[in-house]
Amino acid sequence: MSGTARAVRTPVVEVDGLHHHYGSREALAGISLEISRGEIFGLLGPNGGGKTTLFKILSTLMPATRGTVRVFGHDLVREPDAIRRHLGVVFQHPSLDSKLTVMENLQHHGHLYGLRGTALQTRAEALLERLDLGERSHDRVETLSGGLRRRVELAKALVHQPDLLLLDEPSTGLDPGARRDFTNYLGQLREQDGVTVVLTTHILVEAERCDRVGILHRGKLVALGTPDDLKARLGGDVVVVQSLNPQRLQGRLRERFGCEPVLVDGSLRVERPRGHEFVREIVDAFPGEVQSVSFGKPTLEDVFIHLTGRRLWGEAANGGGPA
Amino acid sequence: MRGLVLPVMTLCWREVVRFRRQRSRLVGAFVQPLVFWLLLGGGLRASFRPPGTPPGTSYVEYVYPGIIAMVLLFTAIFSTISVVEDRREGFLQGVLVAPVARSSIVLGQALGGTTLAVAQGILFLVLAPAAGLSLTVGSVLSVVPVMFLVSFGLTSLGLVIAWRLDSTQGFHAIMNLILLPMWVLSGAFFPTTGVPAWLGWTMQLNPLTYGMAALRRSLYLGNPTAAGAVPGMASALGITLVFCLLAFVAAADAARRSAA
Repeated sequence: MSGTARAVRTPVVEVDGLHHHYGSREALAGISLEISRGEIFGLLGPNGGGKTTLFKILSTLMPATRGTVRVFGHDLVREPDAIRRHLGVVFQHPSLDSKLTVMENLQHHGHLYGLRGTALQTRAEALLERLDLGERSHDRVETLSGGLRRRVELAKALVHQPDLLLLDEPSTGLDPGARRDFTNYLGQLREQDGVTVVLTTHILVEAERCDRVGILHRGKLVALGTPDDLKARLGGDVVVVQSLNPQRLQGRLRERFGCEPVLVDGSLRVERPRGHEFVREIVDAFPGEVQSVSFGKPTLEDVFIHLTGRRLWGEAANGGGPA
Repeated sequence: MRGLVLPVMTLCWREVVRFRRQRSRLVGAFVQPLVFWLLLGGGLRASFRPPGTPPGTSYVEYVYPGIIAMVLLFTAIFSTISVVEDRREGFLQGVLVAPVARSSIVLGQALGGTTLAVAQGILFLVLAPAAGLSLTVGSVLSVVPVMFLVSFGLTSLGLVIAWRLDSTQGFHAIMNLILLPMWVLSGAFFPTTGVPAWLGWTMQLNPLTYGMAALRRSLYLGNPTAAGAVPGMASALGITLVFCLLAFVAAADAARRSAA
């Protein structure tokens, strides 16, 4: 996508061999990645995949068990304050004081970063205008709706003009319209202010809009690339077949077409070029067994299923998923 | 310097604003001690004449400085509970990722709690005539800084606990085990004079005993016999100061160790 081509080659975030354990449970099992300036980078994965752990480490809240992280060239463990100055963080859980007004929250936050007086006031007002919150600036946060609060969270994280914005599940509690606005605004920030954005998500459309996506599963980075690249790695189209007896049909498809159908949540999925032709072949071959067939271009979820044999949410696939 | 002072001030300011906007806290920290004073003073004045004090000292008067200490203690407790809530509700995460030293965060929280406690303590001073105590300008000028020190120590002690806990239930349990007994055994409620030796020792080891003594000596400034048999001003202030420092260092340390 456009951002990657323009991105300067100096990495903003360098993660190398990162491991993290909670007691005996391994949350991160050796993560290495680099994120360039001006990139919008998405960490996609199911809950428990390691996203939140990585997020906490990147946001300087928690030291990793092993491995190094450098942000803007500073070591995360040895120079956290040098990094914190450049970091804007939007947490999954609200971090606003609901007893304070919108403006008071922004001022309090600005003071923590050493901003004060009219400079802070002007900056906060401009941000609230830009995020369409100007009229609510003197309302207490407890009186705002969930969607508005998310926007105030973003405004707060931007008060000190961070160069790197970390967002943990940013669109939690946003309706699709608000989510689109939010993503557009992130795009603007990147274009106008050169802000690098790292976000975690389990929402596919949000991940699709990122320049690059890293897919986390069981503490490992199982894929890393642009959404288009990742999808292109799959064999063309994804054909989904519903059947009353999917196990039997799975065997028959394998015999007849030499393909490797994966059974996920009761439906069979086949990756295959020229999906529309394959749909007809299936219906012709097993007219009695097929309830419905559909095909489409692969989504990131298909990539995830291909790599892990699981859906992003829900049960494990069974019956011959690729390991 | 500005980079140090501004975060501390803003954290302190926030505690004060929050307090003003939560009426129930005012009731908890002010009305509750007032009720205690009326009940204890009224109930015990007939049967209990505090030993070690000049004749004619009523229990209502004896327990009045103790109730001031209770006001300070309750306010300190409430503001440290707000740290536990800040963590649970997520506000603290935003503070922890800011380029502010953990010790500055703790200092802001401690000063916030202290400001609230001193303000309420001053409010309570207005009731001194009701205790039969006539305050002089000198005693007010002395008691206010002492209230500041005592509150700072108590808030810091509360913060040591609050930074290690993640539930308010846990905090209530520890409060009943540590903070309330500290108050009861400080000379607020009964004097050291005439208690069994083991109890006397416990009271002498209790840091709040010295804060309590400094409060009494300030309220009865220029009339040392009326303050009763409590430690002298110099040792009371010295030990209270040391207690403040130790409690603050321990709180800053707890904050540094705490992963959000």
